[in-house]
Amino acid sequence: MSSTAEPGTDTGAPIEKLNLVEAVCDGLYTEMSQHDDVVVLGEDVGKNGGVFRATAGLYEEFGEERVIDTPLAEAGIVGSAIGLALSGMRPVAEMQFMGFIYPAFDQLVSHAARLRSRSHGQYTVPMVVRAPYGGGIHAPEHHSESKEAFFVHEPGLKVVCPSTPYDAKGLLIAALRDPDPVIFLEPKLIYRAFKQEVPKGSYEVPLSEASVRREGSDISVYTWGAMTRPTLIAADNLADEYGVDVEVVDLRTLSPLDIETIVESFKKTGRAAVVHEAPKTAGLGAEISSTIQEEALLHQEAPIKRITGFDTPMPLHGVEDYYLPQAVRIQDGILETVEF
Amino acid sequence: MSAQKELNQQEPTSRVTTDTQPVQVLEADGSVCPNATVPDLSDEELLSMYEDTKLARRFDQRAISLQRQGRIATYAPMTGQEGAQVATSYALEQRDWLFPTYREHAAKYVHGVSLAALLKPLRGIREGYAVPDGVNVMPEYIPIATQIPQAMGMAWGNKLQGKVDHAVLCHFGDGATSEGDFHEGLNFAGVFDVPAVFVCNNNQWAISVPRERQTASETIAQKAQAYGIESVRVDGLDPLAVYQVTKAALSKAKNPAAGERRPTLIEAVQYRYGAHTTADDPSVYRDDDEAEEWKDKDPLDRLQKYLYKEGILDEEIDAELDERIETTIKNAITEAESVSEDPELMFEHVYEEMPDRLREQRDELAALREKYGDEAFEEVLE
Repeated sequence: MSSTAEPGTDTGAPIEKLNLVEAVCDGLYTEMSQHDDVVVLGEDVGKNGGVFRATAGLYEEFGEERVIDTPLAEAGIVGSAIGLALSGMRPVAEMQFMGFIYPAFDQLVSHAARLRSRSHGQYTVPMVVRAPYGGGIHAPEHHSESKEAFFVHEPGLKVVCPSTPYDAKGLLIAALRDPDPVIFLEPKLIYRAFKQEVPKGSYEVPLSEASVRREGSDISVYTWGAMTRPTLIAADNLADEYGVDVEVVDLRTLSPLDIETIVESFKKTGRAAVVHEAPKTAGLGAEISSTIQEEALLHQEAPIKRITGFDTPMPLHGVEDYYLPQAVRIQDGILETVEF
Repeated sequence: MSAQKELNQQEPTSRVTTDTQPVQVLEADGSVCPNATVPDLSDEELLSMYEDTKLARRFDQRAISLQRQGRIATYAPMTGQEGAQVATSYALEQRDWLFPTYREHAAKYVHGVSLAALLKPLRGIREGYAVPDGVNVMPEYIPIATQIPQAMGMAWGNKLQGKVDHAVLCHFGDGATSEGDFHEGLNFAGVFDVPAVFVCNNNQWAISVPRERQTASETIAQKAQAYGIESVRVDGLDPLAVYQVTKAALSKAKNPAAGERRPTLIEAVQYRYGAHTTADDPSVYRDDDEAEEWKDKDPLDRLQKYLYKEGILDEEIDAELDERIETTIKNAITEAESVSEDPELMFEHVYEEMPDRLREQRDELAALREKYGDEAFEEVLE
């Protein structure tokens, strides 16, 4: 049975406390249990249970025909997942890290994204491509990338990024049931950061619906994934120390954006900041900022602030804490905008 | 027998080996294999090769321990593979170029990268990737197989500039042979006939995926046939055999005989004794017994036994080497731990000239550090 309940709502389903990566695994388990056409494929997803344990136990439960260790080839994994989807399966392809997705880029943007439009709606690619995303865990080079903008820029792809265990499971199930290809970005910094009550069984968190994590009246701060927590910390600090009332909007789905929630929040506060890990230039912050200006210019009381990674390659882990927006940077940027 | 195989056998000029038995020089007990020729190396060179292999093994142990203590980040161990790494780099001339992956620590060291420079990126310090002038080693390649077309391209450029005596040696693993870049790189190498040697360190495992699931080919060496280039399978735990085939391949790359093509694919058959990286737990996906069988043919033991038999090495020299190795590694760790990364460095070297916006961002970070102190940036994000 499906529901779209928010956390804390009594759905009658038993509850367990899970962290984000366990919730991803539970989401896969739940859908695979109910739908034989769902298969998981990727590097080390089988016996090893995934390098982050996101597929732990699935191989033992569903067998090697449905939890498939592939040769080491991202274009092969995504290309064959497109073929599996065309044949009527529901593939979940894992990219081991987002920084290794590039060999599959051609398959994603030239084909997955546009088979529907090219074929006048005759062929669709209902698949999910999962990838651990973002920095902050002192991983080796190329293991900390946040390149959502590449995929948000591609019409025909959906892009999702949860910030809580509850949302991770619900959004993943919604993505799996979605008729279009979904890039599902998992913020690995918070894979194990905290646990949350997650219902057993099926439920969906609808795609393209942002969530207001904290209501406020002075400024709207838009963020997603692992940046949601430092943003909430900054908001609490600003309330305590400066009496600034911050509204925090967790976008959850990065494409297609929930423009209504973004704009409604801004109309209420008249000020905005966007927080993301990715570099500033041509990042998603630019899109959100432009959209607000198009939709609500007359409500605007200050420049829209972008608090982001810098326009440099993701640095080695020695200084990544300076690259990623920390609560202190977020707080400073919000204050600047509020005091403008 | 398939028609294709029959055809190959009838083709006397075929340069492609169909022999799947790896080339071997030393038996597991250190004696010389029947019919094998020991490469022409002086006692000093043999001893030096042994010392570097021994150093590599000790470095590996120390690096794993440093990671466990939180003094370096994720490390990719090389034990079991250091013999092949040392031997391939011994075959290089100083002017030859090395394209390593994240596991080729010993190959880099032998070709001129200091141990401290190996450790620095593991501490998040970028300058470790910058090598002194004259050390022809690329920064390690982490995205799988991406170095293969680039190594081909550098070899091609050398050829176009008349520098065919500058060969390029490119390392990669068995997993890399599944990537498109492997195919494209080797195909180009064949078409443009470049002075390059491609070394597949087939350690049987790509993290948890065994070699037989990586490709349905009987060997990796046989893939060269499709590109019209020569290949050779070698016992990757036999440093002398690896040296011999690499030396021959480099010589052919630089100075091929009539009718020979320059590039070679070497499949060095070996085994990853340990984990893929310190973040990996191989007990989840493979039997410990499997490693034990390979350890019977250990490269360091094999070389040691050979040198004892030949009277080149004795217990006294061995102990001296141990002492020297310990000091060398200790000094390297001290050096690597004496430096830290300045956050402002990330803004440097993005372009030759720093764009205005990047300069603004650098200044913005500096102002925030000044205002709030570095402690504010060290708080755990999650």
